[in-house]
Amino acid sequence: MMHGSRLSPLSRRSLLISTAALLVAGTAARARTITQGMPWEPGTASPPLQVRAGPWMFFTPDEAATVEAAVDRLIPPDESGPGGKDAGCAVYIDRQLAGPYGVGAGLYLHPPFMPGAASQGYQSPDMPAVRYRAGLAAIADYVKSSFAGKSFHDLAAADQDKVLSGLETGAIKPKGINGAGFFALLLQNTQEGFFADPVYGGNRDMAGWKMVGFPGARYDYRDWVERHNEKYPLPPVSIMGRSDWTVKE
Amino acid sequence: MARKLPRKDVVIVGLGWTGSILAYELAKQGLDVVAIERGPWRDTATDFPPGYAQDELRYGVRLDLFLRPQQETLTVRNNMTQTALPIRRFSGFLPGNGVGGAGVHWNGQTWRFLPSDFNLRSHLEERYGADKIPADMTIQDWPVTYDELEPYYDRFEKLAGISGKAGNLNGVKQAGGNPFEGWRSSEYPTPPLKQNYGSALFAEAATKLGYKPFPRPSGNISEAYTNPLGVTMGQCTYCGFCERFGCGNYAKASPQVCVLPALMRLPNFSVQTESEVTRVNLDSTGKRATGVTYVDTSGEEWEQPADIVLVCAFSLFNVRLMLLSGIGKPYDPVTGKGVVGRNYAYQTTSGVSMILKDKALNSFIATGSGGMMIDEFNGDNFDHKDLGFFGGGYMGSGQTGARPITTMPVPKGTPKWGAQWKKAAAETYNSGYGISTHGSSYSYRDCYLDLDPTYKDHLGRPLMRMTFDFKDNEIKMSQFLTDRLAEIAKALDPVEMTASPRKGPWNSTIYQTTHNTGGTVMGADPETSVVNRYCQSWDVSNVFVPGGASVFPQNHGYNPTGTVGALAYWTADAIKNRYLKNPGPLV
Ligand SMILES: Cc1cc2nc3c(=O)[nH]c(=O)nc-3n(C[C@H](O)[C@H](O)[C@H](O)COP(=O)(O)OP(=O)(O)OC[C@H]3O[C@@H](n4cnc5c(N)ncnc54)[C@H](O)[C@@H]3O)c2cc1C
Ligand code: SF4
Repeated sequence: MMHGSRLSPLSRRSLLISTAALLVAGTAARARTITQGMPWEPGTASPPLQVRAGPWMFFTPDEAATVEAAVDRLIPPDESGPGGKDAGCAVYIDRQLAGPYGVGAGLYLHPPFMPGAASQGYQSPDMPAVRYRAGLAAIADYVKSSFAGKSFHDLAAADQDKVLSGLETGAIKPKGINGAGFFALLLQNTQEGFFADPVYGGNRDMAGWKMVGFPGARYDYRDWVERHNEKYPLPPVSIMGRSDWTVKE
Repeated sequence: MARKLPRKDVVIVGLGWTGSILAYELAKQGLDVVAIERGPWRDTATDFPPGYAQDELRYGVRLDLFLRPQQETLTVRNNMTQTALPIRRFSGFLPGNGVGGAGVHWNGQTWRFLPSDFNLRSHLEERYGADKIPADMTIQDWPVTYDELEPYYDRFEKLAGISGKAGNLNGVKQAGGNPFEGWRSSEYPTPPLKQNYGSALFAEAATKLGYKPFPRPSGNISEAYTNPLGVTMGQCTYCGFCERFGCGNYAKASPQVCVLPALMRLPNFSVQTESEVTRVNLDSTGKRATGVTYVDTSGEEWEQPADIVLVCAFSLFNVRLMLLSGIGKPYDPVTGKGVVGRNYAYQTTSGVSMILKDKALNSFIATGSGGMMIDEFNGDNFDHKDLGFFGGGYMGSGQTGARPITTMPVPKGTPKWGAQWKKAAAETYNSGYGISTHGSSYSYRDCYLDLDPTYKDHLGRPLMRMTFDFKDNEIKMSQFLTDRLAEIAKALDPVEMTASPRKGPWNSTIYQTTHNTGGTVMGADPETSVVNRYCQSWDVSNVFVPGGASVFPQNHGYNPTGTVGALAYWTADAIKNRYLKNPGPLV
């Protein structure tokens, strides 16, 4: 479980509200005339909303089990620290898919959709939420038929790796999806989750930052810029501070 | 039907760098000025305070402060035989949106072009012969000289508090500065930033090879500074969340930090936000603009009449607005006739990445525009006689942070995931090192902008179409520069290194720069330019494009905004001192 603060009963609701607000951002903001000074008003800042523990918001239980298993192979636990699962990468992806990212908010989605050169970029109408739903279903079918009816999360780690690298190289082509494209999306999102600020649900306890020695949200290195070749000494902090500073239930 | 608003003296399309400079200069002069801005109001306290400005996912990856393609995008292709397709998600370049424009989330690298950049074609013809310039290369001289612009560069640098070290004060070379720069009438407003370890290492290696490294002129400023408008900027903290981010420390030069606090106090100025100008309106003769039409977020259409229209919508959108408004003849690459959309150019960048031995680089201690550079291979600072290309660029240690989602170096041959990747990432993070080149992009007959035949924006108007690729000249130039950079890299004795000269085709998905230039080129001849030397439309004399990089005849080996800012002041003076006295064509 993630650390919850005293406010957690409210969290899901406020997260939903904020997601809705983000979805309509751009249309919710109203045209206005500003003159005679800077228009600062209290309470108008927009800090990120903390992802909190709780039920999956996008994934079904089966999908979640697959994604948790996969992120733990993409970033396996080792002596240096937790893997993708314990770092919260699946939670991160779940909350991203349930929010504006999942539906491709703000992107240009007018037809016609035509395949183009690689230099012209992604040209499919399918946004991440749709791609995950279809990708995970196709992988589930593939695993079921290739591994005697099993699910991905029931496979041995070595078999899971085989499936993942087969997708990556295109050697495995699940029906109806671009397997290599889906793998690239999953890997990108997993690494985002591992290294993004913990406020988004991944990088739990700043595991990703501790692993590499990134100090996070410190924002001021004036005292260290000229201390050449001396490893920066302070541990990371996140936008929310550190988990040992916050109230535990 | 558009609802008609009361007349203003001046309407400004877009309140970014150029718009805010023109707004202040003209409102201060007593004119009634309104700016219409497509995006929202933005300020430090609300949009990127130090409590959460340093959020890589939100700003650096999800691009929170940038233009949403849903609102406006372009179609792209590499050549005229391809079908252009829309950029559905910006990634190769990242236009701004909202008050401050791209000035909110730029790096702040603030350069002047070389004196010989301004008469590029005649300079090259004289030194190497006219027959040496490729037939399809449509480079041309600027209609202004470096000497004419120098005072305006100076004004922009003082507005923005730029940190640096002069290399040439009134013709006298200065130790520690860029020995190749044009003369400067004064020292930089603030001293150079401190250098992180990576930049210090580069300077050491470059010096060993006989080069003269100098601190890059920076809009992330080294100490508190009060500009001529009376606005005080803060000191840069080397936070490492600069480009793509707003600065929570008031230390990055931007319209927010350098202009708006003074501008917003002027009673004869107002800004209309979340309102997109859809066209510049012309009278029945087509020779006079009557104002602009804009659409607000509720879809309501408004007409803002004005005596002067200033197109300050960022390089690419300046061109689109001129095309959609029918000002100037659209360029036709087949006949070579017409001007609007002609000479689109970009920037040719490359890099060398390394892993250094036993080094704690702490590259997350970084700024958007600091670093140590050399200029030996920029412009025509070196002899091009037998090289087979023209142009050049600066190079140096410009790593602007080590934000871990996007910066996670691993040795060559490491798998992209799994146990080996994880171990390699942990071991390499603090010794991965990148240096880069930043080179010119000359203009060509078939690199241009026009309206797309298929794709439309949310208001049903055609998107702009970009046809662009790197040409042989630029690819050779990049190879040459990258080879020189790799020699310096070798002097650092890296564990391993990878040199990546720029290769075609231009890829719209790989971020290079947001230095899109040309399309409303300034020039001395209306057959080959859209605006005259005062950035005034040849066809509609009360429309100006005051300094957006769309007026560049080609792009040179430096970032554009120093020159953009200088041209904004240059145009403001032309309007104040010439146009207002005698409205009409200034040339
Ligand atoms: C990530 C990044 C890094 C950069 N780094 C550097 C650097 O280090 N050095 C450098 O020299 N340059 C850099 N640049 C480029 C620099 O930001 C621009 O050159 C500069 O901001 C251009 O000023 P402008 O006034 O032309 O446009 P902007 O500052 O972008 O302002 C244009 C404004 O017009 C508005 N607008 C557009 N269309 C309309 C319309 N139809 N109606 C109403 N409003 C409209 C836009 O919303 C915007 O606010 C960088 C850019 C980016 C994105
Ligand atoms: S690097 Fe300096 S100027 Fe840039 S955002 Fe950080 S503090 Fe501001």
